[in-house]
Amino acid sequence: MKSNPEIETVSGFEGGNVISIRDLYKSFGDLHVLRGVNLEVEKGQNVVVLGRSGTGKSVLIKIISGLLKPDRGSVKVLGQEVGDLDEKELRELRKRIGFSFQNSALYDSMTVRENLEFPLVRNVSNLSRKEINSSVEEVLESVGLLSAINQSPAELSGGQRKRIGIARTLIMNPEIMLYDEPTAGLDPTTCIEINQLINEVKEKYNTSSILITHDLTCAKMTGDRLAMLLDGKFVQQGTFEEVFSSDDERIKSFYDYNFTENQV
Amino acid sequence: MGHQHVHDENATRKICLSIASPKGLAHYFIANTNRNDQPKSLPNIRMSSSSKGTFISKNIDAVLLDFYEGWTFIVKFFRELFRGRPEFQEIIKQCYQIGYKSLPLISLTGFITGMVFTKQSRPSLMEFGATSWLPSLVSIAIVRALAPLITSLISAGRVGSSIGAELGSMRVTEQIDAMEVSAVNPFKFLVVTRVIATTISIPILSFYCAFVGLMGSFLDVTLNEETNIIAFFKSAFEQITFLDINSALIKALAYGFTIGMVGCYKGYNASNGTQGVGRAANSAVVLSMFLIFIEEVAIVQVTNWFR
Repeated sequence: MKSNPEIETVSGFEGGNVISIRDLYKSFGDLHVLRGVNLEVEKGQNVVVLGRSGTGKSVLIKIISGLLKPDRGSVKVLGQEVGDLDEKELRELRKRIGFSFQNSALYDSMTVRENLEFPLVRNVSNLSRKEINSSVEEVLESVGLLSAINQSPAELSGGQRKRIGIARTLIMNPEIMLYDEPTAGLDPTTCIEINQLINEVKEKYNTSSILITHDLTCAKMTGDRLAMLLDGKFVQQGTFEEVFSSDDERIKSFYDYNFTENQV
Repeated sequence: MGHQHVHDENATRKICLSIASPKGLAHYFIANTNRNDQPKSLPNIRMSSSSKGTFISKNIDAVLLDFYEGWTFIVKFFRELFRGRPEFQEIIKQCYQIGYKSLPLISLTGFITGMVFTKQSRPSLMEFGATSWLPSLVSIAIVRALAPLITSLISAGRVGSSIGAELGSMRVTEQIDAMEVSAVNPFKFLVVTRVIATTISIPILSFYCAFVGLMGSFLDVTLNEETNIIAFFKSAFEQITFLDINSALIKALAYGFTIGMVGCYKGYNASNGTQGVGRAANSAVVLSMFLIFIEEVAIVQVTNWFR
């Protein structure tokens, strides 16, 4: 069954949605990146946002996390309108959101342990050294990198950096995870490991997620629902099969390009 | 309250831009107020003037916007300084990086400056048979002017560029964004700590530089005039007043604040990848040196009113 994204997002808007985006616009000067985006993420759901480079996928999750402000439109995260929050309220909301960056964004001047402790000690008061250590070790164990605890980010491989980046967000027990190109620049085996980790995180931490990617393997493995962003709008939403059975030439060419690229 | 503040900022920006260029103002209304948008939206404000063919207006736009951005950065520093839990550990770490690690360079430069200044001054004083005035002359020059100036210029190069490059690379690799989304205040952790560290460290380094410079001078004096250290320092401090010490301290505090603030401002607002990091480091040094010389003139002028 093919779905109409615009109708689907409007129906059942509030109930059980951890993220609700309605009529979102964002421009940078004359460049109109998002032109009326609508999206909903239900609790416990992994939504994959697909699209070509430069279509505003990363801009979308930066708006959700409050790093960018939209030109107009509504962005509700965990029932709160992000644009209406003051600095303190936004910080409180961000404690409940995990953001995994495309290049991991680990703090170069700190070890893996310090990277993980950094948000924890600043956001949770009255933690003993023992509690901090056990939280760090537990979360590192869940991403399979306990052995890297005293290494610096420069000593880690790309896949390990991704895992540590995810671990750093998990230490705050987020309710929502935002992944920006989680498999970009990784070899196929590591990509699959990261995809498995994303699914494990969803199960273990009971998170709802938005994944930004143009990797169809990642989309198929991790997405409960896919949303195809083209020309600043979601042109199709649904399961993997629903989205790619579309007659839209742009979606077909996106699929073909990925398929050809993977074959090469 | 947060919104009220944003409105106030908007009002100021509007005034700045309306003075500069009507078309720049029109673009401003379209542009977003969020800090992260600025690197992308500001060039359009400037380009609009360019397309209009008003070269002067474009440059006035740029200068006024730079002034405005700099001013809001300073205001934000003082707001964050007194808000929330201080990052003592990071301040100590930065003091170590900025102060302690500059000691070898400051020692060498200060010592050589004192020695060379004494050597260069001797022939002139000898003409009047006044070589006994050497310690006083050198101490006045070093304490009043040379020590704060040399220390700050060296620090502008070593520390300013380092802060600009470090924060710039953190900005372009999204480490600052990562702090922000982790519900940590990156401005407080990165900017406030570094500015406090430079404001504390530069005065200490400055007085240390003065001491080392006088030791360099003493070495030259003792080799030529065969004086002892007590006589040298007694003679050196005879002409030094509290006003000299205070003005040197005020200068060093101002220079330290300037170096930290400029380095952080340039690094924190870096954009355009690695090229932007290089530009941030470079402009941090150039701008802080330029401001240090302006402050030097201003502080000397004010100090002279009290003499």
